[in-house]
Amino acid sequence: MGKNVKAIVITGNGTNCEREVATACRLAGAECDIVHIAELLAGRVQLDDYHFLNLAGGFLDGDDLGSAKAGANRLKSARVKASEDSLADQLQRFIADGKLIMGVCNGFQLMVKLGLLPALDGNYLNQSSTLSHNDSGRFEDRWCELVVDPQSPCVYTSGLDRLYLPVRHGEGKFIADKATMQAIEDKKLATMCYADANGDPTMDYPENPNGSVNAIAGICDESGRLFGLMPHPEAYTHRTHHPRWTREKGLPEEGMGLWLYKNGVDFIRKELL
Amino acid sequence: MAHRILVGLKDEIRDARGERVKSQIRQHLGIELRQVRTIDVYTVDTDLSRQELEAAAAGPFSDPVIQTYAIDEPLADGFDMLVEVGFRPGVTDNVGRTAREAIEYQTGRPFAAGESVYTSVQYLLEGDVDKAMAEKIVSGFLANNLIQRYTIMDADEFSACGGVPASVPKVDVGDHEAEVRDIDLDVSDDELLRISRDGMLALTLEEMKIIQSFAADPEVQKQRVEVGLGASLTDCELEALAQTWSEHCKHKIFSAAIDYEDTTTGEKQQINSLFKSYIMRVTADVRERAGDDDICLSVFKDNAGVIRFTDDWSIVFKVETHNSPSALDPYGGALTGIVGVNRDSFGTGLGARLMFNTDVFCFASPFYDKPLPPRLLHPRRIFDGVVEGVEHGGNKSGIPTVNGSLVFDDRFAGKPLVYCGTGSIMPAEVNGKPCHEKQALVGDRIVMVGGRIGKDGIHGATFSSEELHEGSPVTAVQIGDPITQKKMFDFLIIARDRGLYNAITDNGAGGLSSSVGEMAEDTGGFEMHLDRCPLKYPGLQPWEILISEAQERMTLAVPPEKLDAFMTLSKEMGVESTDLGQFTDSGYYHCLYQEKTVTYLPMEFLHDGVPQLQIPARWVPPKVSEPQLSAPDIDATLKQLLGSLNICSKESVVRRYDHEVQAGTVVKPLTGVVNDGPSDAAVVRPLADSFAGVVTAHGICPRFSDLDTYHMTANVIDEALRNYVAVGGNIDHVAGLDNFCWCDPVKSEKTPDGEYKAAQLVRSNQALYDYCLDFGVPLISGKDSMKNDYQIGDTKISIPPTLLFSVIGKIDDVRKATTMDAKQAGDLVYLLGETRDELGGSEYYALHSELGANVPQVDAAAAMARYRAVNAAQKEGLIASCHDLSDGGLAVALAETAFAGGLGIEARLDHVYAPQGLDDATLLFSESASRLLVTVSPEHRETFESLFAGQSCCCIGEVIDDAVLRINGDNGKQLSESSLDDLKAAWQAPLKEM
Repeated sequence: MGKNVKAIVITGNGTNCEREVATACRLAGAECDIVHIAELLAGRVQLDDYHFLNLAGGFLDGDDLGSAKAGANRLKSARVKASEDSLADQLQRFIADGKLIMGVCNGFQLMVKLGLLPALDGNYLNQSSTLSHNDSGRFEDRWCELVVDPQSPCVYTSGLDRLYLPVRHGEGKFIADKATMQAIEDKKLATMCYADANGDPTMDYPENPNGSVNAIAGICDESGRLFGLMPHPEAYTHRTHHPRWTREKGLPEEGMGLWLYKNGVDFIRKELL
Repeated sequence: MAHRILVGLKDEIRDARGERVKSQIRQHLGIELRQVRTIDVYTVDTDLSRQELEAAAAGPFSDPVIQTYAIDEPLADGFDMLVEVGFRPGVTDNVGRTAREAIEYQTGRPFAAGESVYTSVQYLLEGDVDKAMAEKIVSGFLANNLIQRYTIMDADEFSACGGVPASVPKVDVGDHEAEVRDIDLDVSDDELLRISRDGMLALTLEEMKIIQSFAADPEVQKQRVEVGLGASLTDCELEALAQTWSEHCKHKIFSAAIDYEDTTTGEKQQINSLFKSYIMRVTADVRERAGDDDICLSVFKDNAGVIRFTDDWSIVFKVETHNSPSALDPYGGALTGIVGVNRDSFGTGLGARLMFNTDVFCFASPFYDKPLPPRLLHPRRIFDGVVEGVEHGGNKSGIPTVNGSLVFDDRFAGKPLVYCGTGSIMPAEVNGKPCHEKQALVGDRIVMVGGRIGKDGIHGATFSSEELHEGSPVTAVQIGDPITQKKMFDFLIIARDRGLYNAITDNGAGGLSSSVGEMAEDTGGFEMHLDRCPLKYPGLQPWEILISEAQERMTLAVPPEKLDAFMTLSKEMGVESTDLGQFTDSGYYHCLYQEKTVTYLPMEFLHDGVPQLQIPARWVPPKVSEPQLSAPDIDATLKQLLGSLNICSKESVVRRYDHEVQAGTVVKPLTGVVNDGPSDAAVVRPLADSFAGVVTAHGICPRFSDLDTYHMTANVIDEALRNYVAVGGNIDHVAGLDNFCWCDPVKSEKTPDGEYKAAQLVRSNQALYDYCLDFGVPLISGKDSMKNDYQIGDTKISIPPTLLFSVIGKIDDVRKATTMDAKQAGDLVYLLGETRDELGGSEYYALHSELGANVPQVDAAAAMARYRAVNAAQKEGLIASCHDLSDGGLAVALAETAFAGGLGIEARLDHVYAPQGLDDATLLFSESASRLLVTVSPEHRETFESLFAGQSCCCIGEVIDDAVLRINGDNGKQLSESSLDDLKAAWQAPLKEM
């Protein structure tokens, strides 16, 4: 596969953040292709040729059956043309190869509904948690303080502490049954939480914008290589993305969201190339 | 047999949707329920095995973590009243379509023709609610009778029936065959009018008579016989003419010959087309003056206007209205409005990538408490529906909504205004050709791409060319489908870059008739086979296929040698494309159905046959006077103003729109220390490899129309430009779009005051010419909507004449943009521009139910010098904050600047430049134009002031640490001190819960 980190962003059927995700991947040092799902289904592009799969934000099939539900159903059912593979097979191979997947917003919803997260005990493709309607019952766009669990195995948040990113969703409330939630906490998979001004996880609206249980904003699997989050890291890759860039002096040129992509790309360089 | 799959939440899971519905029922209707829960219902009308039904219910239809389901048995219990709301036959059901696709993925079997999945929602009402109250809740909030049907059951009925019985809202097309009727026009005038009225054609007698004599022409009749037609016109032909000649498509009022008399000067004038005399002419004059600096690339001739952005990229902008449909179905109307203008912006030149949306809504107060005339929805329902429609349309399309306004006036109860705009970006060249140009060639295939055709939207173009009346058609209402459209755009942008087509246009008003008819002007004719069109359901008549405004469709001219490649790509990307015929140079608008000719109209007659309307216009200024008001309590008045609907925070709406998808929004709609101050305009950085930015802003102030539309227009242009400049837009690189929403200005029995309304229109156009010329702003596109009246029985409501002026332009480096929030204590506060005795039409007078007389007047030369100096200061980085003064004047601008920045301001009115010598209230609340409030760090004082040498630029105060707004009067004594928290609370209160 050569020496370069190769990232892919899948688009089509309502995905709409593919361009900025690709920009973030490139800024982080990866090569990145935006690939329409039709290309994958036609068999012209294979997931196997990439290290870093990005499932971007949007509204797969309009989220008509609940966020990403119809999209998850398609990925599970659709066959790749002239091949024994389904896309789900390619995905499982991708995971087994130790490669990286990050889902943002609708991409996170897709991962959860496919069962890629939290995928306790490596049980991929079996849904065990969900992302449902915000407690406010409406879509909201607002920036949130986030705190990272330093003990999380997540490769993307390694070395990070606090982040400030926008959420833009109507269905971001993380819910799991008691046992699953306990396992998520025990295994430190609740990588990222909505936080108050002091950096403590919070259940208070609007700091916690959706009522997520345990203030969860993002979770990873036990390998730390699969990660999903509701906030949009690709929306903060430059100083001028920050909502207060015209007033806060000393903001670094590089946005905080880029750190997640850089960690991912660095990890691939070290472990997979 | 149809099966019902019901999906509800598990007991322990909070029903956020139900809670929201409960609180909306309280807000809309004042009915307090104990609880509302919801259940989704999928009525699956196809043969599935029990196992397949289980797989669908357990798989895509329900979420195993939080939901349970039932198949063909009830799920609901524990309610007092149950309401199930579903769509009427033929109404677009997006969720149903997705559900159907999900089943097809699972079973691997496509549904047969006529089979479908239909969705509905059950609301489980708990509380002290009987059937009558449930009926009130449904008709007053849960369902719109035009597009939805419902069932109400109490618990006893529900258990007796074993739940709500399955019903399938299939379109009942009957068994009649496709039929083309001949319409005999050799009839009396009364009969001609009856044909027009009964057929919803909206053609006048004069127009009907022109068509009558066309049909009677022996030469025409001879040609018709040769192609197998009879002497009478067909229904398809008459519909095509009605649609092409509609006010909506032909802009007859803007093309009219107007006799204008100004009684104040005695001057009389013959105006041959407002559009040509003012709008096109000012653009031509501005462009000529600009010479090599002309930024225009494509004006007026395409779906949207195009200007230069960088050497490699061009930007496109279009603003549309969707008022009439939004009055009937606010959600569907507004959703269709936004996805419709997306198609306009996309379908410009060879196609452009969508970059941002803007939206401006004009409503009556959502708290309106007077009786409403028949057929009007309560303004609160319109508000909620429109906001949600644009939310779904914009968010699901992945386009950030970056700028907008909400304007309130109770006359908008008669017709809400829903302006939707879309900016897009295209490469300067594609495959070596300018991207902003296109041309269909003889022999090109007519290809329709995207959605299918149904009865939806039939007569939309003619319907919106009339006032809202008793017989306004249900079929005019449509519901957009943003995801089908997004898939289509994903495909088309690739097809564009591969050079697979020569021309593209949107199917909007008038459907295929309009899109193909207009594109065929390039070649001089076309031949189209209506029976090849893909239909949503069988049974449409040929004329319905021709003029249906079913959504999500574009028409393209595809060269025959590229057709295969085009079709293959389309299929692979899951987009339906159909070859309908070809463009010709026959000179004829030629449609066939099953190989038989059904229209054969000369292109020339169709496009140029419409007679010019004659309109009288007479300007008699309204009798107005200035009120005598006693000196106000400043603190109390300021809070009242901040809490008025036109000034208060719109945050609850703004946050429902994704304003930063695509990661380019550099100046967002909300700004300041806690991200909640009101930005003046938006800055978007569309290219990841360049810091060049697109700036967009707008001006709107219908209140001034009650005094003089000339000055109203001058003010909206100035407001748009000062908002634009406030964030850093380059005043020498900006273009404008005019969107007129007027009440009917044609004098008639129904409109006895037509001469005055027409004079208002003339004066508005005159100002548009004068001020665009002085500001050097070319107009690149626009639209008019001229029948914004409501008339049923004796009740007539006309909206105030409303002009939305939108601008698009450039900032060379987005890092130089400025926002409106005060930045640092110690910064100096400057007021740029002169304050005059101009409270006429102000929010301050409106508080006292007064109109006044002194409408603000715009001095374009002074404003232009000021805006250039502001640009220079922004480039030098001298400006800490910049905020425009508009509704509520200086007082409101000071308050907003302060609380957005979380810093106080101490201001002294004796330093305000006001050569007329004004009292404190006028200094604070006058809405004089072209003024900006700027804060500047003291270290930049001299450099800043030197840029404004010779201009009105006054340091009127200082940013302070105390969280107060302190205003010292003209005599130097403290006039008021208000706590910022109180001011902000007053400003945020009114629409917080919307």
